[in-house]
Amino acid sequence: MTESLNLSVDRRGDLAVVYTEGYINNQGGEDIAKVAYQLLDEGYKKLLLNLAGTKIVNSIGISILIEIIEKMIEIDGRLGFCCLTPTIEKTFHIMGLAQYARIFPDEPRAVEGLGN
Amino acid sequence: MAGNAILREVTLTLPMVPDMEIEASRTATAMAESIAMSPDKIDEVRMAVVEACINAFEHSRSPDRNVYMTFEVLGASGPESLRITVRDSGVGFAPEAIEKPDIQAKLKAGRTGRRRGWGLEIIRGLMDDVEIHSGEDGTKIVMCKAR
Repeated sequence: MTESLNLSVDRRGDLAVVYTEGYINNQGGEDIAKVAYQLLDEGYKKLLLNLAGTKIVNSIGISILIEIIEKMIEIDGRLGFCCLTPTIEKTFHIMGLAQYARIFPDEPRAVEGLGN
Repeated sequence: MAGNAILREVTLTLPMVPDMEIEASRTATAMAESIAMSPDKIDEVRMAVVEACINAFEHSRSPDRNVYMTFEVLGASGPESLRITVRDSGVGFAPEAIEKPDIQAKLKAGRTGRRRGWGLEIIRGLMDDVEIHSGEDGTKIVMCKAR
């Protein structure tokens, strides 16, 4: 019954792209945080979360993403999101995430935006 | 929200176990698709349903550990909207006492505090009309989305 989240990472120079596939709930958020903190430990200060494979999230999962945002602010890093469904993007705006992390429509623009 | 006839109705009893909110979202999707709601609106309904269920799971302290849901298609001459009622028999709360969450405050909060308080805000942001009735007998959230 448990909805799992699959993650994969693509390391590109100083940017790491994390791809999600599935439901971002409490456990999914924790899994993303674990991967993100591992990447920070490896020295990456630019992270992109590509949510193309995620069609549904919940507020507990998103709240864990806020913890990643806080960590990125602490280290003066950059965090971006791309390929959100309109509803997930709307939810991010409702929660105020867009004030602290950049949201891009697609990956090429995200890579360009985070690189500058 | 009122004034329309109930054209179709589905009821669902959900045990409060992890990820059961996804079952509720599937029912919401099926009902919304049955009235040809747009995909973006269906996604909004799904998300609102997920949040309403999670609120009940997390906060209701309901002794029977169930959430009772009703999905109704409303309309006069044809389907016009979807009304979803999410009810628990928990301890209830004072909706007017719930402060609007603020991400700045959440960033400064402890880990647990950071995860609380978003559900109702998201539901209100995604649905057209939301009513919350809460008391000693539990909480009922009634939310509506036009086709």
